[in-house]
Amino acid sequence: MRLNYILKTSMTALWANKTRSTLTILGIVIGVAAIILVTGLGQGAQNLILDQIHGLGGQTIIIEPGRQPQGPSDFSEAFTDSLREKEYQAITKKSNIPGIKQATPLVVLSATAIYNNETKRSQIVGASETLFNIFDIELADGNVITNEDIKQMAFTTVIGDKVREKLFGQSDALGQKIKIKNRTFKVVGIVNPMGNVASLDIDNLIVVPYTTAQHYLSGTNYYNMIMVQAESEDIVPQVNEDIKRTLREMHNITDSAKDDFHLVTQADAIQMVSMITNILNVLLGSIAAISLVVGGVGIMNIMLVSVTERTREIGLRKALGASNANILTQFLLEAILLTSIGGLFGVAFGAGGSFLTSIILSKTVAAGWSFTFPVQSAILGLTVSALIGLIFGLYPARQAAQKSPIEALRYE
Amino acid sequence: MPLIQVKNLIKIYQDDGIKTQALSGVSFNIDQGEFVGVMGASGSGKSTLLHVLGFLDKPTSGKYYFANKEMGDYSEDEINFLRNQEIGFIFQAFNLLARTTVLENVKLPLLYSSIKKSLWDAMAKQAINQVGLEHRLNHESSQLSGGEKQRVAIARALISNPKVIFADEPTGNLDSKSGTQIMEILKTLNQNGQTIILITHNDDAAKYAKRIIRLKDGKIESDKRR
Ligand SMILES: Nc1ncnc2c1ncn2[C@@H]1O[C@H](COP(=O)(O)OP(=O)(O)OP(=O)(O)O)[C@@H](O)[C@H]1O
Ligand SMILES: [Mg+2]
Repeated sequence: MRLNYILKTSMTALWANKTRSTLTILGIVIGVAAIILVTGLGQGAQNLILDQIHGLGGQTIIIEPGRQPQGPSDFSEAFTDSLREKEYQAITKKSNIPGIKQATPLVVLSATAIYNNETKRSQIVGASETLFNIFDIELADGNVITNEDIKQMAFTTVIGDKVREKLFGQSDALGQKIKIKNRTFKVVGIVNPMGNVASLDIDNLIVVPYTTAQHYLSGTNYYNMIMVQAESEDIVPQVNEDIKRTLREMHNITDSAKDDFHLVTQADAIQMVSMITNILNVLLGSIAAISLVVGGVGIMNIMLVSVTERTREIGLRKALGASNANILTQFLLEAILLTSIGGLFGVAFGAGGSFLTSIILSKTVAAGWSFTFPVQSAILGLTVSALIGLIFGLYPARQAAQKSPIEALRYE
Repeated sequence: MPLIQVKNLIKIYQDDGIKTQALSGVSFNIDQGEFVGVMGASGSGKSTLLHVLGFLDKPTSGKYYFANKEMGDYSEDEINFLRNQEIGFIFQAFNLLARTTVLENVKLPLLYSSIKKSLWDAMAKQAINQVGLEHRLNHESSQLSGGEKQRVAIARALISNPKVIFADEPTGNLDSKSGTQIMEILKTLNQNGQTIILITHNDDAAKYAKRIIRLKDGKIESDKRR
């Protein structure tokens, strides 16, 4: 028997009972949508966490002001000014933290750079030479920010490739003067094109000495973060402890819950991600199971009704030569079609929902939040819904197949 | 050799312990090309007989040879093939698929055959021509009159060019004019060599048959040729 004919028959049958079909697949739509939504959000959270540090290597530790956020509402708890010159000096002392290789404070702000008539809005990062080492930034031309620049609060800058292109086009940028917040900076270095590292768009970056950034551009006396590189990845846990101890001593903190700083390492990020993944898997499993049972029982129920209603049709088909297998296939396919349509709608609603959520999140609590379509869970959702149709459709389909033609034709 | 041979056919229904003997020893032969009318009072076992002959039901005992092979020797697959290709059925209640066009209804048996799909439309159209419904090809079955519905059912029975057509009171739900139309179609088919076995209560319809088998209480009361 021809598959596309069976499909057409099934479509006609489902379409004839539109309302019933819709109500029947609702459980599956909701179940699959929930799977997609939850994994979509989980993926977003993972990306957010991993982006923060991805590309920096296992040796890097980021110190951020404020204690580890416990949840989205906790961001307000951050002590944004707890990392200053004093803390930076203490951290870079080998006597405090023996395993440290190098470190740089980071002052981050957004401003417009001007050259002649060209302007470019970019992220300005105040840092030291260490930034270039940690991020593996290679220069196309010129020099990095030197310690001398930092001491003297020099008006020197290293610019990303896109900044160079926008401001200078084809002409030579090195040695030229650009204006940022009415201060004139001399371009001393140009970065090779390289894309994003740790959610920092290097090509759109303007790097200046951190002292200059604080004093002349941001007007603050604290740092947005301090980046530390340990001698090796193995000793990162030890360096972590040393940093915590040093900062707690300085700030007279005895209770770690009252920390006014927190550390981010690649290992932490990965651990957090795997924790989230685990929680999600449990959640996902329960949702899938519930949707399987709820959806499946609904399907079985409605298919049994359908088989009874169509007793005459089954008898007729058998009288015209349909085998038991033909009838079984027809009703099984109908059930699978029904649940798969439910699965498709579920994927669409789930993806739409997590897209909307990601827009809302990125505009409110988590700026770096990005939407990714969870391909794997979409496939999982569709497979699960088709399987529900197969499993719960089998019993009604067998009932249909086993009807004797004569009983079926006699049925009033 | 006769197309159909039955020997001492007995059929006993057993519902909740209540036994009903619908056929109590029926024997006869039917040759290729015959037009046989089966008559008898309600409950005399006519439909039961037809269902057995059409491989829709099995007798309790007795022998039934179709094309020289005993019923019990046909495999499941062979029975499906017989129902599909060798036997055509016409029911009193038409039994067309709802929400389905005339063309698709007539094509239904081909779905379960091994005939190439590219031939289906032409075969269906030819069968529809034979019953004079070519102008109703794409009408849905619910848009047809009773007589037209029965003609669609005849076309459906004809499509696989069966050895025999069984008709169980095909005019029972029709007015006399439509009934005559149906009988004229069956007559033409028989004149072209089609074997037809027809159950009817209607004397006008019975006149078309060349042989009448009368049943009474599950037994043959008379078997007369014209
Ligand atoms: N599935 C069944 N279970 C029990 N008894 C049945 C069944 N089918 C038919 N019978 C009985 O068998 C007997 C013969 O029935 P059948 O349908 O063959 O009669 P019929 O001659 O076709 O009658 P009618 O002219 O009313 O169609 C009747 O007494 C009927 O009640
Ligand atoms: Mg009857």
